[in-house]
Amino acid sequence: MNPVLPNSFRSGPDERGHFGIFGGRFVAETLMPLILDLEKAYADAKADPAFQAEMDGYLKDYVGRPSPLYFAQRLTEHLGGAKIYFKREELNHTGSHKVNNVLGQIMVARRMGKKRIIAETGAGQHGVATATLCARFGLECIVFMGAVDVERQQPNVIRMEMLGARVVPVQAGARTLKDAMNEAMRDWVTNVSDTFYCIGTVAGPHPYPMMVRDFQSIIGTETRAQMLEAEGRLPDSLIACIGGGSNAMGLFHPFLDDPTVKIFGVEAAGHGLTQLHAASIAGGRPGVLHGNRTYLLMDDDGQILEGHSISAGLDYPGIGPEHSWLHETGRVTYQSATDDEALAAFQLLSKLEGIIPALEPAHAIAKVMELAPSLPKDHLMVVNMSGRGDKDIPQVAEILGGRF
Amino acid sequence: MTTRIDTRFAELQKQGRAAFVTFVMAGDPDLKTSLEIIKALPAAGADVIEIGMPFTDPMADGPAIQAAGLRALKAGTTLKKTLALVATFRNDDNTTPIVLMGYYNPIYIYGVDRFLVDAKAAGVDGLIIVDLPPEEDTELCLPAMKAGLNFIRLATPTTDDKRLPAVLANTSGFVYYVSITGITGSGSADAAAVGAAVARIKRHTDLPVCVGFGIRTPEAARAIAGQANGAVVGSALIDALQKSLDADNRATAGTVAAVADLVASLAAGIRGAKQAAE
Repeated sequence: MNPVLPNSFRSGPDERGHFGIFGGRFVAETLMPLILDLEKAYADAKADPAFQAEMDGYLKDYVGRPSPLYFAQRLTEHLGGAKIYFKREELNHTGSHKVNNVLGQIMVARRMGKKRIIAETGAGQHGVATATLCARFGLECIVFMGAVDVERQQPNVIRMEMLGARVVPVQAGARTLKDAMNEAMRDWVTNVSDTFYCIGTVAGPHPYPMMVRDFQSIIGTETRAQMLEAEGRLPDSLIACIGGGSNAMGLFHPFLDDPTVKIFGVEAAGHGLTQLHAASIAGGRPGVLHGNRTYLLMDDDGQILEGHSISAGLDYPGIGPEHSWLHETGRVTYQSATDDEALAAFQLLSKLEGIIPALEPAHAIAKVMELAPSLPKDHLMVVNMSGRGDKDIPQVAEILGGRF
Repeated sequence: MTTRIDTRFAELQKQGRAAFVTFVMAGDPDLKTSLEIIKALPAAGADVIEIGMPFTDPMADGPAIQAAGLRALKAGTTLKKTLALVATFRNDDNTTPIVLMGYYNPIYIYGVDRFLVDAKAAGVDGLIIVDLPPEEDTELCLPAMKAGLNFIRLATPTTDDKRLPAVLANTSGFVYYVSITGITGSGSADAAAVGAAVARIKRHTDLPVCVGFGIRTPEAARAIAGQANGAVVGSALIDALQKSLDADNRATAGTVAAVADLVASLAAGIRGAKQAAE
């Protein structure tokens, strides 16, 4: 049963934070007053031209935006089909798209007078971005990170500590991103009066999914203008990887009402969809966790399952609620790529384009390798190169046994 | 309609004393021991029993209750088995109120309508669902009221006077005042601050107000019971249970007594308190 299609795919969420049945505010009462305050503070900021102007200044001079839209000529020739462009979010300061959102949230936190910032992180990219902006604005920063992720993303742990943040290894559960988020929420409940929770993806209680999407939408807005300038028309397809889904939502949202643009989200299939994976839409169903209703990996008793992905940033058993809605309305097609496919894409791209991608967007590249060859040469495809692979080099070197 | 919770608080008011509300986790450390513990609670002095529904991701709970939930899940506890546990308890005790406490997802997956029918049939009286604030009342709170179950809301130090009416609007049975901002088992409540908070809540409602979080000793329980209609103890009982387990987290011959003995000493503390002025 398909829901009735909306007039616009860009008008959500409603005033209660719902995208169809997804989203909402499923949090403890202690947090509820703060979430309502945040909603109001964000609405005020959004309506304040001075806020936007200040943010634009930092985006240009500190983050280094706009990020280029780059024609990947050698990958295009190698695959022999669609004309492939990369949106180069990996060139942002701190090396990923995460900084777009963190800048926005830190500016909102400052408006609210909050001095203590907490964040969860998986791959460490959101943690690094948060540590960076906290250093820039002189704020205390505490980053919760699963102990397994602390091990496999050492370079980012060191970066966060150099930036003055305190990294708290989380020993609960599978010791990955889900557990880091639980622990961040526990800290938030405890320190609610002075603490701002800087969530790294388009998930959590309303207004986070909307707010993070808005801050990340600069990716799609720039892409639109850049593609019109380069090719004189809109792209034919967009592809991005999805853990929680913030880089994808940022690229997709400005194009949702352009029916000629096909949109693909790529989840992490881990060892394969019949084994351990982190593909919530492919292998999950709607449930409630971390403040929102969305697709989740769980058992028949409603107990949440651990995700698995080679990529710490995609290793989460849920997905942002707006993605769940875009899936159910059919506007976005969600597919998946395995660990092995992502590793192959990681290597191909490094050698072919001189760009070492993070393992997260390597999943998107894996899907490009599958889709592009059978498409016509005038098909314009944009991939979100959401992060650079420096952080993954030790892990990939170990897996490949030093053979490149 | 009148539930066992309403009846129990009315009796206690007549007796002029505060309620002792105990929290234990269903299926911790296994379903059989858990049933024995729950059966032992009323005789040890528990007036109301809260039973935790284990969940993998208890975001408002501290280490003790997190670990209890994981032990219960490892022992094979499911929501269905938790309801069966209540039904078995009801074979011998038809007066002690039972409140199920937990998180929404297992209920959502069980199916709200089916859950309410089964919970009522099992003899459950009320629900406390940590991640369902008034903003989400249509999910479970309103259907639960219709089904004749009390929906007990948490009020916290961050729930200000402006927000209290919304929090209390669809609350029934009693109000659970969380005396600290924080997770279960952390911090400790200051009796004077609690007294002021309870008085503030009472300006908005005639419901009994029970206070929890951070109560670990008979003295603390007595101090809180002097300021409210009830005191809730959870993490301290879980800690006592945990200490009685063997190296593999299995129950020992002393497990049931470890919990019951602590309940008895806390109950003595509470019974020594004067009822708060109405």
